[in-house]
Order: sequence, then C-alpha cells, then structure tokens
Amino acid sequence: MRLSYPSNVKVIKVPCTGRVDILLILHAFEKGVDGVYLAGCLEGECHFLRGNLRAKKRVQYVKGLLEEIGLGGDRVEMFNMSASQGQRFAQVAQEMTERVRALGPSPVRKKIGNG
Amino acid sequence: MIVGNRKEFQEIVGMLGSNRRVLLLGCNECVTVCGVGGEKEVGVLASELRIHWKTAGVDFEVKEHTLERQCDYEYIDQVRSFVGDYDVILSMACGAGVQYVAEAYKTKLVMPAVNTSFLGVTLEQGVWSERCQGCGACILDMTGGVCPIARCAKSLMNGPCGGSSGGKCEVDREVDCGWQLIIDRLTELGQLDRYEDIIPVKDWRSSREAGPRKRIREDLRL
Repeated sequence: MRLSYPSNVKVIKVPCTGRVDILLILHAFEKGVDGVYLAGCLEGECHFLRGNLRAKKRVQYVKGLLEEIGLGGDRVEMFNMSASQGQRFAQVAQEMTERVRALGPSPVRKKIGNG
Repeated sequence: MIVGNRKEFQEIVGMLGSNRRVLLLGCNECVTVCGVGGEKEVGVLASELRIHWKTAGVDFEVKEHTLERQCDYEYIDQVRSFVGDYDVILSMACGAGVQYVAEAYKTKLVMPAVNTSFLGVTLEQGVWSERCQGCGACILDMTGGVCPIARCAKSLMNGPCGGSSGGKCEVDREVDCGWQLIIDRLTELGQLDRYEDIIPVKDWRSSREAGPRKRIREDLRL
C-alpha cells in the first residue's frame, strides 16, 4: 500500500496489547514522551481472548493517573485495528499525532530539556 | 484481609510538602492482594511522583522498597541501614503498618499513602467487599454465617428494619440487606426457627468501646 504515517510515531512491538502494563506507559511518560497509544486487535478478535480488552481498561486507568498528575488523560489512548488495516494504522497515527501536537510538548520533557 | 484505597495523588503531594527525598514503602500482604500498596502500586506511585516533580523542575529522590510485612518489627528493621537517607517514609501499608513503621523510626516522618477501609473478601478479581468489623465477640453461629454487625448498615442485632425492601438496604439499593441474607441463609440451613431467638444486647466492650485492644498468648512468647 506504501502508506506513510508521521515519523514522530515510534513503534514498540509487543506480542499482544495485553502485555502492556500500566508501568510501561508511565515509564514512557517519565522519559518525556508526548503521548502513548496502543494499537490493539479488533475487539473480539484477540488471539489471547481478552488481551485488548484488558489493555483498554489499563489505558482508562492510566488516563485517570495522568489527569491527577496534571499531564492530561488525552495523552494516552487505545485504538483497535486488524493486521490487514494498514490504512487505519496510518490514519490513527495521524489522528494521535495531531491530538498530541495540539496538547503541546510534555511538560516533563520540557524540564528535562531545559535542565 | 485488610482492604484500603490509595489516597488521591494531590493529597499525597500536599502531605509530602517540601519533603522530596522519599522512601516509598510497600507491603507484601493484604494491601498487595487488594491492589493498593504492593510492589506494583509502589512502582505506580513512584512513577507518578517522578513525573510530577520532573515537571515541577525540582530535585527529588524516590526509593521504592516493599517489605514482606509492615506489621512485624523484623521486616520493618530491614530498611534501618538506609532509612536515614530520606526525609520521609511514605507507607503504602494499612494503618497498622504505617504506625508500626513510625514506632520503629521515632525521629523519621512517616506518612500514609493509603486510606485503610475494611476487613473483607475478594468477590472477584478487582472487587472486594466488607465482611467483618472486628467486634471481638463473634455471633456468626447464631446468624447463619452472615454478620449483622458488618453487613447491616445499622448493625442491628435483631433485624431487618423497615428500610429493607426487596432484599436491599435503604442506604443503597445496590447493597444487600444483611438481615435478609441472614434469613435466606437460615432458611437454606433449615434453621429458620433460630430467627425467632432474640439476640441480647451486645456487650461492645470487646470492640473499640473499651479502647485499643491487645492480645497476649503467653505460651508463644519468647
């Protein structure tokens, strides 16, 4: 398909979004990333049955944590797509990039960068 | 087990004030099982604090450490060699653990990160429910194994009251009426005749009403 997506999106491969722990997401924000999103399989299509549904709940939990810290819950999101939906992958990367860009750089990174 | 809730982040930060060298102390017992103060939750709170203070651009140090228990001196003593490196111990144990840590380190600030809530059970993964209030004089033999102290909103010894409707309690329609549960259970046991027995006024001296309690078993003492 030769689709392009924003180069700021760094892909980290995991066997299943069910592998993505709350701490993994938090540690990314500690390091200064501007946003994190999970690209899980379509709901009901998880090879491990409920991995993507667990990930969805964890993302919701992290949203609450980011809100209370003051970073804002919109910096993290869960998306679903199948392995054959390349177009959707590119579209989500674009959508999340625009959202995070509107939110501005992470205040954590700004401080790390200044200091 | 003892069940608690993590305090709101802003409350914890407010509590810490200008103390930014923090020994964040978890507990491997009840608070681990109820997902509020074990190694994992220590990691989450530590991460939150690091993000918060990095954003604020201030110097800080957060040390994560989880003890087997915070209600036994032998375990609390394990942090003695490095406790002096920190301004404050932020404990994620129940209230008993927080206090025992404070007793062990008399000159160290010790603060709670958890609101201790109740003695309860795991209904399902991620859901806990109150079952006991530690009244010190158990009557579960008389009530079909359902506690009227912990499970009736009024702790009635002879119920239900007029607020029971359709098996639910008037304080919250999601809450089962404790006395309805007792009647149902006695019926299942074929012991409904016991419901006719009037349970006498409870002697609350075995509960908190006679002050802090202590238990001694001489044969176990060293």
